[in-house]
Amino acid sequence: MILGFDPLLGGHVGLVVVLIVLVKAALTLGICLIATMLMIWFERKIISDLQNRIGPNRAGPWGILQTLADGLKVILKEDLIPDKSDRLVFRLAPVLTMVPAFITFGLIPLGGDFSDGKGGAVHMFGHDTFLQLANPDAGVLVILAMSSIAVYGVMLAGWSSGSKYPLLGSVRASAQMVSYEAALGLSVLAVVLVSGNGGSGLGTLTTNGIVNAQAPWGWNLWVTGLIPFVIFSMAATAELNRPPFDLVEAEQELVGSFQTEYSGFRFAIFYLAEFLNAVTMGAIIVTLFLGGPAGPRIIGPGWLWGFVWFFLKLIVILYAFVWTRASVPRVRYDQLMDLGWKVLIPLSLGWMLLLVAIRVGSDAGWNPFLTVAIGAATMAAGYGTLNLAQRASRRNRELEGAID
Amino acid sequence: MEWFVFVAGAIICLAGAIGVVTSENPVHSALSLVGTLFGIAVLFIAQDAEFLAAVQIIVYAGAIVVLFLFVIMLLGVDSSEDIRVEPLSGQRTWAGVAGVLLAGGLVCVVWFGQTTGARSTAARNDPNLPNVTQIGRLIFTDYLWAFEITSVLLVIAVVGAVTLARHRHEALVDEPPADEIPAPAEEVAS
Repeated sequence: MILGFDPLLGGHVGLVVVLIVLVKAALTLGICLIATMLMIWFERKIISDLQNRIGPNRAGPWGILQTLADGLKVILKEDLIPDKSDRLVFRLAPVLTMVPAFITFGLIPLGGDFSDGKGGAVHMFGHDTFLQLANPDAGVLVILAMSSIAVYGVMLAGWSSGSKYPLLGSVRASAQMVSYEAALGLSVLAVVLVSGNGGSGLGTLTTNGIVNAQAPWGWNLWVTGLIPFVIFSMAATAELNRPPFDLVEAEQELVGSFQTEYSGFRFAIFYLAEFLNAVTMGAIIVTLFLGGPAGPRIIGPGWLWGFVWFFLKLIVILYAFVWTRASVPRVRYDQLMDLGWKVLIPLSLGWMLLLVAIRVGSDAGWNPFLTVAIGAATMAAGYGTLNLAQRASRRNRELEGAID
Repeated sequence: MEWFVFVAGAIICLAGAIGVVTSENPVHSALSLVGTLFGIAVLFIAQDAEFLAAVQIIVYAGAIVVLFLFVIMLLGVDSSEDIRVEPLSGQRTWAGVAGVLLAGGLVCVVWFGQTTGARSTAARNDPNLPNVTQIGRLIFTDYLWAFEITSVLLVIAVVGAVTLARHRHEALVDEPPADEIPAPAEEVAS
């Protein structure tokens, strides 16, 4: 079995190697949980600053232990299971929301020395290794797979509660998350397209390879031309059910949607998973578009700077998440679906084809300006046709009397 | 090690498959199906077919079963149906006969066939190249025609599903958003 192209597992797998892997697993889990705890505090603090409030300030310095206190309180509460619920699925659902996020986090390069062509490997205890739990061959695909099964938790939680608002929420959730997955996948495709590993001409799907292709300054943010980044960020926000796309839990319309019937520890798991997913998605954005742990080594050992750059970039992205939440009002459901299907998917598809044309053109020696111009003209024509088709279908429906 | 992974994967697959058939609740059946799909993904990984494993989860567990569940929720088929009444008469008998024949055939193939345990040469596995690269090359060179034909088939299925859904629309008064109707039919058809 190939467990990915980590140099650690390339040679003889002895006791030290097994220990290193175990320590990495424990550390990843620890970082995950601590990051989630800090993320909850961070979000509450920033939101309160943006809304001219004080926010949590009692537990610990700057209220940093607030999450811990909340967690303790919620564990001591009674754990209710509604009579009409499907007991097995009701218990299973919170776990299903958390597991995919943990697995995804294991694929993110959290650090590593990407300077001077070292490819992110770090030497420790006599072995070279990447500072990520696993680096499977299908890297990005595994991330997409995990994001595609993340919908199960929300969906089953709503259904198994056996009550109306949660069910409405879970129907909304499944439609929304399945819709935005297409845009998410297509913008990842743009990243994969430009990530080759140097001279061999082979592309790569591994997270390590994608970061390596970006080191030190060839960030996919500008290599893919900003649009995939914007699309990915919007689709990620929708996948996370965060405002302005939090139709799934919209308190004013659906009480609390899939969480309505949950209490005590199971509610805490949902709460944890929500922020864990936010941290993980932020880490994916950093890895795919902002160069991950790649960055200049200023002073001291290279592996240290990997951590520094990664977490700096992560904090910037997470701040952007919170900032969006505080500034943009929630969209309507039809606006959400229109944005996903009629804007994001066509745009990401067109942009990917443009990138392909530029790529093929540079191989075949076409005039780059002409390639871009023709590509842009084709995209504009495609958009015009799409618009016409939409108008025609709208008029048809008006004639049929389906809408007024 | 490989034996252990195979047994674990096979147990997950079989347990899921039995669950699909025996659960009275359609949602439990769908969840058991997810279990089977994950078991198959594990078996794919044990065969170094990581790409297939990932795609298996993305397409089947992440899209198709989600749409199954979506339909089950939307139609509200969440109570257990009476399964003693057969919708087609004699269906159960014929299904039993077909099942026995298939099982017998499988046993015959395993019993009389020669299994060497060596890997198939048709796949031309190159241990120095990543699995995804090899699949990509094969699909876009030797098997391009089959690949394109499959995509045409999918387009036909989508168009057919939309056409069918359009005709039924006229009877509906309060229709859900148009995005959600053709999707399940299209996935089943593909």
